[in-house]
Amino acid sequence: MSKSVTDVICPFCGTLCDDLEVIVSDDGKKIEDIYNACAIGAEKFMHAQAPDRIKRPRMQQPDGSYKEVSYDEAVEYTARMLYNAKKPLMYGWSSTSCEAQSVGHEIAEKVGAIVDNTATVCHGTTLIAVQDVGIPSCTLGEIKNRADRIIFWGCNPCHAHPRHQSRYSVFPRGFFTNKGHMNRKVIVVDPRVTDTAKLADYHYQIEQGRDFELLSAFRVALRNEPLPETVAGIPREKIIEGAEVMKSGRFGIIFFGMGVTQSLSKNHNIDNAIMLTKDLNEFTKFSIMAMRGHYNVTGSGQVLGWQFGYPFSVDLSRGFARYNPGETSSNDLLRRGEVDAVFVLGSDPGAHFPISSVRKIAQLPSVCVDPHITPTSEISKLHVPVAFVGVEVGGNCYRMDNVPIEARKVVDPPEGVLTDVEFLTRVNARLDQLMGGK
Amino acid sequence: METVTITMKNQPKLYLEADNVSPDKFAGKKASEIAALHAYEGREQTTLGKYFEIAGEGGATAADTRIIVKGDVSRVKYIGMKMSAGEVLVEQSPDMYTGAWMQGGKLVVKGNVDSFAGIGMKGGEFLIDGNAGDYLGAAYRGDWRGMQGGLIRVKGSAGSDIGYFMNGGTIIVHGNTDVHVGTHMEGGRIVIKGNAPSKVGGQMVGGEIFVYGTIDVMMPGFKYVQDEEVEVDGERSKFALYYGDTGERHPKRKGQIVYGKLYLKI
Ligand code: SF4
Repeated sequence: MSKSVTDVICPFCGTLCDDLEVIVSDDGKKIEDIYNACAIGAEKFMHAQAPDRIKRPRMQQPDGSYKEVSYDEAVEYTARMLYNAKKPLMYGWSSTSCEAQSVGHEIAEKVGAIVDNTATVCHGTTLIAVQDVGIPSCTLGEIKNRADRIIFWGCNPCHAHPRHQSRYSVFPRGFFTNKGHMNRKVIVVDPRVTDTAKLADYHYQIEQGRDFELLSAFRVALRNEPLPETVAGIPREKIIEGAEVMKSGRFGIIFFGMGVTQSLSKNHNIDNAIMLTKDLNEFTKFSIMAMRGHYNVTGSGQVLGWQFGYPFSVDLSRGFARYNPGETSSNDLLRRGEVDAVFVLGSDPGAHFPISSVRKIAQLPSVCVDPHITPTSEISKLHVPVAFVGVEVGGNCYRMDNVPIEARKVVDPPEGVLTDVEFLTRVNARLDQLMGGK
Repeated sequence: METVTITMKNQPKLYLEADNVSPDKFAGKKASEIAALHAYEGREQTTLGKYFEIAGEGGATAADTRIIVKGDVSRVKYIGMKMSAGEVLVEQSPDMYTGAWMQGGKLVVKGNVDSFAGIGMKGGEFLIDGNAGDYLGAAYRGDWRGMQGGLIRVKGSAGSDIGYFMNGGTIIVHGNTDVHVGTHMEGGRIVIKGNAPSKVGGQMVGGEIFVYGTIDVMMPGFKYVQDEEVEVDGERSKFALYYGDTGERHPKRKGQIVYGKLYLKI
């Protein structure tokens, strides 16, 4: 007989779906089936079952091959690397629990590290804008129940957050939106005809890199000031029409993604989008929300914010927290050669960073803590496999709307495999010994 | 005026935070005392003397102190930070935060400066013979006060985001700039003698931007007002005046709406 575990959290994307049902074998060791998850979410659970999974730490040898080492040796290497470095980078944190992040930050403070999370190549620009001008936001539940104007700007949830539209933003029937998508008007701003753009009522096929101008143009239209004939490739009438659609709703929301946060103007795009949202509140109720990618990148920002005051790129090297993306952000540090050791947990910079940064990681003493074999684990001196958070161990996570949700454990990790928290706690204890003996 | 010459002798492996290289810190000190001032390389607190050969001694006050920085300082940050008087001459190209939060005196860089030079500057004269990086005369992250006073003159070109949240003082760039000039600007004057590609004056509330060359793409919220003759940097020229950014909030003064002014050379 198999048993069913209900209300499971999906530890994949920032939508953090909390309605999964997982069928587990009787001995609680094997996942047999997953209900309700989207394809990418289900794959995350299935991956934990892969027969070729690495179960012990591996140390890179001079010839490029890997040698299995014990967790004790892995703890020793990691602690010594951080202890010897003048300015280590501790990057990642977005695919793990808040509990693990907290232990990681304790280590970072001890060794004067820089703590940075995946926002640095993602929604970090959003966080800069929020610090500059604030943010009027809401929860996904409010959107489901109230929102009738949905704007997707530079994001493609059909592929990146597959259940977002069915659970919250477009299709669900809510308290004041009892006709589901019939109640809602969807505007998509994207230079490409994405699958999200295909289901929109209005698609603004904007010229690439002109989001800042179009956002400004909507603000100009709201103030009834004159506009040029076209802005960003969009005719003036369309812009005025769009502004009218936004104004005429009862509750509007702008969702935005990497298409605006990492294209030309970066934080200024978000800054202007937030100001547009504020302007729209003169006419109706409007909110804005970042489509966060990793399931707990929001949590990393929360824990960093709570402990050090800044949500990413926190430089602790001088014993107090400093923050200046452009200087203290991972790619700038790596590219410029500002750090002398790299520790990665819960992310894959080997796959996501520019090659100039990846090369630097390969040259430096480096540790990668990750359940999978990834491009990062392949260039790191030490790879430490750990249990999957949200599958093999629970922990706190934050959804993209900053709502904390407790992830659940579904099956046991393979025998002897440590969790992120256990590994970090042992490194922390070893550092205490090393520093005590200083 | 007394002169202190510091010469790079021992390159840092990482980067050096040398916020003590300023006339205010060197004043009243002998060479040996200057050598003992703090500097940071990563988490390690070291001394200026470990990296620099130091000759001469500081004057009685900052105003009586001149510092000459020789050698390769491309890995040295914060030269001239918060200086209030005196002179600093950097012969080559320093790294980030040169002249950050500068309050007075004169800072001359013969080479280029990296990003965040002159951020939050309040006064004094900052001359750069080469090029400047991004965020010149801008606000520090999260601060709403960019450059507030003084003069920054760049003989070469500048990067993006110059004068971000600027509300006073003057920035003159003889060459071109990258995108985002005077974003969120509330006051002060930016003069670009070359070209600026786009996003000039976006979200601008007040202040003046002069562009002598071309702007590839104008922001939508600028409306033409009239042609005007204005004196800029010692010479009178004719400009087309635009008001903006009309998508942004604007305060009223004596019943009149105050706009940011964008002047394009005719
Ligand atoms: S939408 Fe995101 S959180 Fe929901 S099941 Fe798919 S991957 Fe998981």
